[in-house]
Amino acid sequence: MARRGWYWLLLVPVVVPLLPFLYNADEPRLFGFPRFYWLQLAFIPLSVVVTLIVYRRTRTPADEPGGE
Amino acid sequence: MGTHTTEIIIAVAVFGLVSVMGFVASRWRRPTTLRHLDEWGLGGRNFGAWITWFLVGGDLYTAYTFVAVPALLFGAGAMGFFAVPYTIIVYPLVFLFLSRLWTVAHEGGHVTPADVVRARSGSATLALLVAITGIVATMPYIALQLVGIEAVLKAMNVPGSWPLIAAFAVLAAYTYQSGLRAPALIAFVKDLLIYVIIIVAVLWIPAKLGGWGAIFGAAEEKFAATGATLLNAGNQWQYVTLALGSALALFLYPHSITGVLASRSRDVVRRNMAALPAYSLLLGLVALLGYMAIAAGVTPVVTDGKPDANTVVPVLFDRMFPDWLAGVAFAAIGIGALVPAAIMSIAAANLFTRNIFKEYLKRDATPAQEATVSKVASLVVKFGAVAVILLVDPQFSIDLQLIGGVIILQTLPAVGLALFSRWWHRWGLVAGWVTGMALGTWLLYQIPNPAIGHKHFGGSAFPVKNWFDPGVLGLAPNTAVYVGFLAVIANIVVAALVTVAARSAGGHAQRVRT
Repeated sequence: MARRGWYWLLLVPVVVPLLPFLYNADEPRLFGFPRFYWLQLAFIPLSVVVTLIVYRRTRTPADEPGGE
Repeated sequence: MGTHTTEIIIAVAVFGLVSVMGFVASRWRRPTTLRHLDEWGLGGRNFGAWITWFLVGGDLYTAYTFVAVPALLFGAGAMGFFAVPYTIIVYPLVFLFLSRLWTVAHEGGHVTPADVVRARSGSATLALLVAITGIVATMPYIALQLVGIEAVLKAMNVPGSWPLIAAFAVLAAYTYQSGLRAPALIAFVKDLLIYVIIIVAVLWIPAKLGGWGAIFGAAEEKFAATGATLLNAGNQWQYVTLALGSALALFLYPHSITGVLASRSRDVVRRNMAALPAYSLLLGLVALLGYMAIAAGVTPVVTDGKPDANTVVPVLFDRMFPDWLAGVAFAAIGIGALVPAAIMSIAAANLFTRNIFKEYLKRDATPAQEATVSKVASLVVKFGAVAVILLVDPQFSIDLQLIGGVIILQTLPAVGLALFSRWWHRWGLVAGWVTGMALGTWLLYQIPNPAIGHKHFGGSAFPVKNWFDPGVLGLAPNTAVYVGFLAVIANIVVAALVTVAARSAGGHAQRVRT
């Protein structure tokens, strides 16, 4: 994939937390948390992983330490 | 509850230690001179990944956030949890924006968002509008930090307004002396304290209350009539548009941009976009303190006959923690107010200096004069905030902050969209701003809040039925939408239409000339 193409991946953690039908329910529960609460908290690692992938894949030589 | 002597002693001691750090900060990463706006106002533009993480995290997740978000869950249930999707989507959303903003500002030596607008659009008028919007939106935000401190003072039964004045006087003094280095250094302590307190709280308090199942059970019981521990068909759109609108607005606030521009490189900014969500997890857990307060049977502190919902978290800590730990927690919230207040006052002062003073009053100001003006302006801003909180009903600041979120979002086309494309015409951006400001203010004016007896500016959720029958679109009759979201859409549409008109007129003029 071209370097800039990776940026489209950022749409995933932007769009997913804005879809209430995914999480607006009580069941299944996790450690006593209704789905509404645990699933939205679970989107945090999703966002971190995606952003980290994009960060690594779109680094340019100028971004490397000592590259500037 | 008894007396609060231990809590007060611990809180004052931690607070004092941090104040010393604020003054020492002027010698931290020692600059050759602080008499330059890049040094005083941006900490030398040389912060690495760790400092930036603490600084931006300490800047965005304010004391007010930490007391108001759980208070919202305590009072309204699931709706208050919007802060979680909001702070999840914000970083991927602004990844490219901040990356580009840093590069443009670095190359042009820009200090404020309005500097960038000035350079990109060539319009001093547009830059002035962005600067004024930024200052107006930031002022009540600073005042709200005092509301956060006030909530702690109420929970400790400390009367009078002198502790607030003292805290802000110390803050003003070390910000004046050390500039952005002071909040950057203090942010380490603030954030570490808050992380520790919250981790202890989410392990300790549920254990004492019978587990998470019991906590959610208590919340469900409280909201049994409305089922508000989940969203309903009517407030789902409000939840989504509020999360998206708030995320779009966050990095348009001048203080957020100050934290970003102070970093050393584009890479530091981009790497932080992947690291900052750690704070979102913290915020999610903080939010749930609101439900813990329900399960613990907490009632808000009542002052002058009015219950203050913002006190539920401090009261929860007071009741659940041993005194010394509650003291540390209260200090953490207090310091949590000072870091953002310092950065906000610096950001507002920089806007005044660069985009009003230098642009309109003294064009040939030297960097040293800029730094001096900014230092004085930061004092004025902070004492203004204290005066507003002490002399006017704090509800006034809360209402203003609500408006502030809507109006800062109206700088999105000028600051955000124009950063990526030269297509936007300056008069299109001005017209869009005017439209968004007018529509946003007008919609907010129409929203009452019966709970506090306000006819206007009572909330940011606009009921769709005021305009048309939501059933036409297959929406629930009580569907509401975030005002800022509606206003910024109108803003972008008008900006685009006027751009098309101006460009075709301009293109025509060019053809006539040639």
